[in-house]
Amino acid sequence: MGEFKVHRVRFFDYMPAAIRAMAFNRRTERLALARADGALEIFNFADNYFQEKVIPGQDGRAVEALCWVGRRLFSAGLNGEITEYDLENLRPRYTVEAYGGPIWTISAVAYSLSGCVPCQVGCEDGTVKMFEVLEDRIQFQRNLDRQKGRIISLCWHPSASLIAAGMMDMIRIFDVETGKGVGASKSKEVVVWSIAFLSDHTIISGDSAGKVQIWDGLTGTLARTHLVTKWDVLALSDESSLVAGTSEGTVVQFQFLSSTLDGQNKDWVRTRTFKNHSHDVRALVHTETAVVSGGMDTQLVVRPLLDKVEKNTQESAMRKMAFPHRSLVCCAKKAGLLLFQFPDHLELWRLGESDGHGNPGDSLPVKRKPEKLIQLKRKGEDHICCSALSPCGGWLAYSTVTSFRLYRLQNNTISITKVSKLPKDLRSAHQLCFSTDSSRLFASSINSSVVVVALNQPECKYLHTLKPKSGEQQPTTASVSLSVRLQLHCTVPVYGSCPTAIAIHPTSSNLVVVHADQQIFEYSLVQKEYTEWSRRLQKQGLHSLWLERDTPITHVTFNPKHPAHIILHDMFMFCVIDQSLPLPEAKTRLFNQMILRSLPEPMRILHRHAFKMCKTFQNLMCVRLLEDHSLVVVERPLLDIMSQLPAPVRQKRFAT
Amino acid sequence: MAALYEGYTLCGLAPAQNQSNSGVLGVEAERDSDHVVVTDSTRSVTLYKVSDQKPLSSWTVKQGQTLTCSAVYNPQTKEYVAVSDGKVIRIWKQEHLLLDQAFKATVSADVWRVHCVAGGEPVVLFKRGAVRLLDALLSAPQQPIEEVLAQEESIRWSTNIVTESQQFAIFTTEQKGDHFLYLQRLNPNTLQRYRLEREEPGLSPLSFSASYRDKHIRLLYLYPNGHVYQSVVSERGLVTDEGGQAFPLPRSLLLSLPVGEGLLEAASAQALDEAHIAVVGVPHPSAGSGKDFLCIWNTNFQTLQAGKEIAGKIYGQLWSFWNKLFIPHGKTLSVIPYECPKSSLASALGKMRQVKTEGELEQICSTATTFDTAPVEEVQREVDLLLSRTDIQDLQPSLGQLASTLVSRTLQDPAFYTPSSLAQLVHTRCLCHSVCPDLVLLALERKDYFLCQLCLQFFPDIPEAITCACLKAFISLEPDGVSFMETLIARERGPDGLLNGFSPTSAAEYRSDGLGGGGTRAQQDEEMTSPPPEQICPVGLHKAVLLNEVLQTAYSDSFLLPHLKDLSSQQVVLFLQYLQFLYLKYSQDAFPQTHGLRSPSLSQILDWVCVLLDAHFTVLVMTPEAKGLLVNLHSFVKSQVRLVSELGKIEGSLQELNKMTAKKDVGQYSIEIIELF
Repeated sequence: MGEFKVHRVRFFDYMPAAIRAMAFNRRTERLALARADGALEIFNFADNYFQEKVIPGQDGRAVEALCWVGRRLFSAGLNGEITEYDLENLRPRYTVEAYGGPIWTISAVAYSLSGCVPCQVGCEDGTVKMFEVLEDRIQFQRNLDRQKGRIISLCWHPSASLIAAGMMDMIRIFDVETGKGVGASKSKEVVVWSIAFLSDHTIISGDSAGKVQIWDGLTGTLARTHLVTKWDVLALSDESSLVAGTSEGTVVQFQFLSSTLDGQNKDWVRTRTFKNHSHDVRALVHTETAVVSGGMDTQLVVRPLLDKVEKNTQESAMRKMAFPHRSLVCCAKKAGLLLFQFPDHLELWRLGESDGHGNPGDSLPVKRKPEKLIQLKRKGEDHICCSALSPCGGWLAYSTVTSFRLYRLQNNTISITKVSKLPKDLRSAHQLCFSTDSSRLFASSINSSVVVVALNQPECKYLHTLKPKSGEQQPTTASVSLSVRLQLHCTVPVYGSCPTAIAIHPTSSNLVVVHADQQIFEYSLVQKEYTEWSRRLQKQGLHSLWLERDTPITHVTFNPKHPAHIILHDMFMFCVIDQSLPLPEAKTRLFNQMILRSLPEPMRILHRHAFKMCKTFQNLMCVRLLEDHSLVVVERPLLDIMSQLPAPVRQKRFAT
Repeated sequence: MAALYEGYTLCGLAPAQNQSNSGVLGVEAERDSDHVVVTDSTRSVTLYKVSDQKPLSSWTVKQGQTLTCSAVYNPQTKEYVAVSDGKVIRIWKQEHLLLDQAFKATVSADVWRVHCVAGGEPVVLFKRGAVRLLDALLSAPQQPIEEVLAQEESIRWSTNIVTESQQFAIFTTEQKGDHFLYLQRLNPNTLQRYRLEREEPGLSPLSFSASYRDKHIRLLYLYPNGHVYQSVVSERGLVTDEGGQAFPLPRSLLLSLPVGEGLLEAASAQALDEAHIAVVGVPHPSAGSGKDFLCIWNTNFQTLQAGKEIAGKIYGQLWSFWNKLFIPHGKTLSVIPYECPKSSLASALGKMRQVKTEGELEQICSTATTFDTAPVEEVQREVDLLLSRTDIQDLQPSLGQLASTLVSRTLQDPAFYTPSSLAQLVHTRCLCHSVCPDLVLLALERKDYFLCQLCLQFFPDIPEAITCACLKAFISLEPDGVSFMETLIARERGPDGLLNGFSPTSAAEYRSDGLGGGGTRAQQDEEMTSPPPEQICPVGLHKAVLLNEVLQTAYSDSFLLPHLKDLSSQQVVLFLQYLQFLYLKYSQDAFPQTHGLRSPSLSQILDWVCVLLDAHFTVLVMTPEAKGLLVNLHSFVKSQVRLVSELGKIEGSLQELNKMTAKKDVGQYSIEIIELF
């Protein structure tokens, strides 16, 4: 197979933002997640927890709470606004000012008989405001009784007639019809961070004193107190299990269990404790089968409850999602440049050089160090949502939700010139892609269209807009193919799982698609059918270890020297698939590089198979093949991320 | 640790008016340990049975006569001898009711004292220093008595000692503040005169005590300043005294007793055994300045072993017979039993617990007396009874005493031997070698190898000489010796079978040499499997077990080496072969932990090989049959050295590997080469 010279890059200081809020849509099995920088992410739990959509953040937008109403997603934040999101075009649809100061919480009834869905927000000024969710907007309905002190948490009673509000030092129950407070429970000097209202009128609160308290909602009396830790976040699943996240990074599960065999005298019992976070747990979701948690340490953790899932299956494995399921690095193959995308700026680096050769395993002396050529700050409030660098290194483009910018680069003199006259259709993009010869730019735009422009010095010219046929499946946010004819050539058969990476082979024009469920398809664009290799692969099936990987393939590329080679990578490995070699069978060892290394050359042929996987490099953000046949590997060690996090509010130490 | 037990009153006293005198002239031993003769300072002599605290007979001289010397008992003739009014010697038997009817003889000079001890003839000491045997004196009562002492010289104290070959009359005198010791040998008569070194001016010895041990007469004397000195005089003596010149008597300070305020007035020190002295009339160091204490001190460790407050005035009189102290105090004469077990460092430091009630002690004392006479079965029963107690650890000192009693009886009586009792006592782990030093050698002598094994296993303090003796005996063990031991083991095994290191299976399995009689089967087995020749154990299993026990004892090289030289070259070769066998076994497989045997560690084996080679190297080099062995050892050691050096190399390479992985820690950027296959 051969040797590769690898540029091992660790200077991409990618820093994810802390997770602030989460909401789970049971019907669609989508998890909405808000980060501290205002970015929103949608994960499809039905499709291998794939991160389907990312709505970039905005300066000044601090999402404090999220709420699904049907398929619609609302957020509320400390800027006092309620926002609904356009999940197709990945941008806020509209924003409504609540006029109650910072909003701490938002809550909607799970279902409504009337069809008009009320939605409530809890505000700093002590009001609970009710909004009516209309077809295309929300409309303020009325205020409930104004209280002293801010409303921190809200929860509807399943009957939709009562609502419980957690406040400073107090829990208050409102009758929705009258807007009057009907009951209150007081405790001393605590912030009721979160609250749950059960159908039997039990109210469960988590507060800043580290207690999980169970109240009788009818009488307002305290039934039970569990001292958990310092501060909590609560999320309620069904009526019998509840999880509480703590500022120590632990998640504690409570279950409504009977202490006796006959099932009488049920009580809330503390059952499990999970420790998956190093910092505060700020957001929690209790799905049917798992506890999903996230917090200051930026990782999303899905922890299946082993009594709800079948053991020793893929479903029972814990997942930690640390990196976005898309690439934040762009590489100019010919020029040896790297473009790093941050929310508020871009960095352009030139790779280093070394001369001489070495044996496998060696580190070569670095003759020229890598160099940061340009740091480009974005304009406006909106965060960068996509960026691209042309293969020749002469063009740079990025887009936010509201603006699109294209720059001309002169590498030799390190000068950057903004291309001022841009076509009107190129207002914003979710994905950007340059053609191999750097003459065209493809931008996926609103309403699932792709805008094609020709890049000629010194300007760019609008060429075409590719629009989907009505009723057609929406294109995903995965990378756009490298060369697109100007008219619809063919439609690739739809597969149930979302594609995570696609690429068209430069010579054979085969389209390689990798899906979130780790399946690989190769579709011949010439014959308009799956290739022989793809059929063989589907017939034989992928190796079980391949299917069990829990991070998606985020990039596919090819080796011009070896047309049969497909190079792809996920977070923990990169893989060269040699289509000329036999596929690994179920009993074959998938990770066989170490064994092959120890074997003499003639023996290796016997043990070879198509998947050549390398795990030398970990926490991969990007793997690319440069034109000089050397690899660029961008690593971002999780420890580095961890070390840049602020100190935990409270950390459990031994013997304390 | 020495102990004083609860005392009891023997009789009341009629002290003199001024209370300076106790009224007891003397207490003398009678026929056995339970009888004493007490002479009071006026007119009567009384025979007491001590344990009954009861007088058996009493004799009185007439009104107007006084007894001037305490009555003594002559066990040879079963007669009592006393002196009245200085010159009248009276001799009577127990059946004489009236003293006046008994024999009396008047001598020509004043008698100081009549002495009589078991094994010797009664000796009469005159006030002016002349000494006569009683029989010789009575043959001519009016014979002239010479004056030995100078003018103004007078006797202060006297005693009589009988050694194997000689009888001594010993007395001390005072002349103008100088003190002298006279050593009068009888038959033939010679006299030696020694001058005691002067203590501080004006201080005269308060009490003397003499004892005979190891062919030396030891004189113990106490001064009012609390100093206890010992002077040792050889039994053979120096040249006879020519010109009446006194030799200076060397002394050593044994103890410096605390005296509290002022000097001692009425005090007495009495040697109890080689290491212990009883002192009366001296303050207890932790009880203020009151002087009315009876204490037992250990002179070796300078430690107070036991103390007892004595009520009433103390007159500075103290006698000890048969482990009993007789003290006149106040208006009574008390008997206080004591015990001075062999002192060990542990007991001297007070590390041994001593929580015993009177009853237990009496039981042990009675057990000890049983051991003196009883037949084997009874001894066995007594030991069983004693060891069935739960507080056996608390009886540690007494068990030592019992064991040494048993050992000494066994040594004296060739027909008496109680192997199981001794084994049981050793098994309690309360014994150690210093408590009964003769036990191991006794076991060797009686060919009780099982007991030897137990001792080696449980005694922490076996001297190297004894270890070597055991080793020697074990190596040269004859087959019949082994079988004798086997019978013992068969009898003893019981629940302790595993502890002994024997288990039936291993016994059958390992009997591989000709010595162990009946090892043929195992030998056949070995021949069938045909192991390499060096794998055959050169000694039988039982021998091996015993040798293993020797290998595991503690020793120090320099003390062991001279004793090891006593081994013959054949023994050394055999032992070396066995050590080599062990070593090879160890370096080949997990032999040591099989069968639950108590096995020596590898380093113990190597140490023994080294010390054995040290001791016998020249002999081994000269011995033709040792040549193969030495060559084997050499090649083996060589291979081991090579192995170790190879291991060193590997370690170096692995360390290099470690460095390489450490270097892997990449910085922000590196260019590396990888290879995919």
